[in-house]
Amino acid sequence: MAKVLIPTPLRQYADKKDTVELSGATVGEVLAALTTQFGDLRKHLFNDEGKLRSFVNVYLNDEDIRYLDKDKTAVKDGDTLSIVPSIAGGSYGG
Amino acid sequence: MAVEAPTAPATLSKEEVLRYSRHLIMPEVGMEGQLKLKQAKVLMVGAGGLGAPLGMYLAAAGVGRIGVVDFDVVDHTNLQRQIIHGSKDVGRKKLDSAAETMLDINPYVQIDRYDVALSSENALELFKEYDMVVDGTDNFPTRYLVNDACVLLKKPNVYGSIFRFEGQATVFAYPGGPCYRCLYPEPPPPGLVPSCAEGGVLGILPGLIGVVQATEAVKLILGTGEPLVGRLMLYDALAMRFRELKLRRNPECPACGDHPTITKLIDYQEFCGLGRGQEEVVETTGDIDPVEVKQKIDRGDSFVLIDVRETHEHQICNIPFAKLIPLGELPKRVNELNTTDEIVAHCKSGVRSAKAVDFLKQSGFKRVRNMKGGILAWSDKVDPSVPKY
Repeated sequence: MAKVLIPTPLRQYADKKDTVELSGATVGEVLAALTTQFGDLRKHLFNDEGKLRSFVNVYLNDEDIRYLDKDKTAVKDGDTLSIVPSIAGGSYGG
Repeated sequence: MAVEAPTAPATLSKEEVLRYSRHLIMPEVGMEGQLKLKQAKVLMVGAGGLGAPLGMYLAAAGVGRIGVVDFDVVDHTNLQRQIIHGSKDVGRKKLDSAAETMLDINPYVQIDRYDVALSSENALELFKEYDMVVDGTDNFPTRYLVNDACVLLKKPNVYGSIFRFEGQATVFAYPGGPCYRCLYPEPPPPGLVPSCAEGGVLGILPGLIGVVQATEAVKLILGTGEPLVGRLMLYDALAMRFRELKLRRNPECPACGDHPTITKLIDYQEFCGLGRGQEEVVETTGDIDPVEVKQKIDRGDSFVLIDVRETHEHQICNIPFAKLIPLGELPKRVNELNTTDEIVAHCKSGVRSAKAVDFLKQSGFKRVRNMKGGILAWSDKVDPSVPKY
């Protein structure tokens, strides 16, 4: 099982959970399991072509999967997958 | 970052030696470091939540020249977190209020005031005077603008961002390090990521993230320690947990990559999908004025008013006639509404309800309108007893 950390802005689409334990052999499989469990998350993570959106990054432990094997990156028991979307709390204009 | 060699040898006055004595007796700063601080020039963009602790600590630390860019005015909702301003400052320019606080803390520093909106037209000119930029604005157009300008000018960009209970910080555009576009090549479409005005923020959070930014700025000036470069610090106040993720410079980055395609500043409102300065006001053809909504209620018209804010916002204030369906729950609860009903959606200011209207139209609802200006406008125009937040 891998631990998936859900960031605050996306928790509303994941039954308000901050952490979900999921199984999967690769990052792609774990994320597929995640969006199967929480269908509303899918469009916030993936574009229409099923690719990760450009303002959402996924880290396996502390490494960006773009610099590993992307969605084919192998996931081991006990690994942590972090979803890190871009955030901006300030309003435009100051 | 190596601070440029001083043009004239700086010294500390007797008063300054006393003021900075806790720095001076510490070998990591010492007289040499304190003089570096005195000769340093830091530009902070925004004197709001992140800018408040930044400005106060940079001034207190003795950063000799601090530029502040802000064109906003202090209002009551700022005071829960923007501690550089006080209740007496409501209605004043943040720039003046911030500069006054900073000079009260430390009259031995110079504050340069820029009463402008940072733009593609003025950013390079403003930035080139300074050693580094600290971005305290925390909005996407300014963030990409600051990033690109810092990359073009090769000046470090000390970044911080906050949302509710979570914050991020790192240093971009440090020689050899990544920039914001390496992390996120493109911004999210407008409306998908809520701002603090919509999503709320724990007042203390910008304090912590702003202090991290100030710490990094001071470390860069001193050239001491390990800068927060190539590492994204994540902070979760609820769990009280700090984490760190690796950031790498992307050789294909359009800004700082090996073959950059961004060689000048662009229109960042357009890049972020926003009309100029229109982030907070989404105009839709189906707007309805709060006064008209009130008339419909009074006439007993058959229509459904839905409040798409969060439950905790509903507890602060609400229109009793309205049915609460938080935006995030709307897809699941859409069957509670009838496609033939006339529906008016409202939120706090009209942004989220515009999204609700779009969603409902896509779901086959034909008669859906957005209450313009949200419950804030309702308080202004219909019922002043409804508190604003």
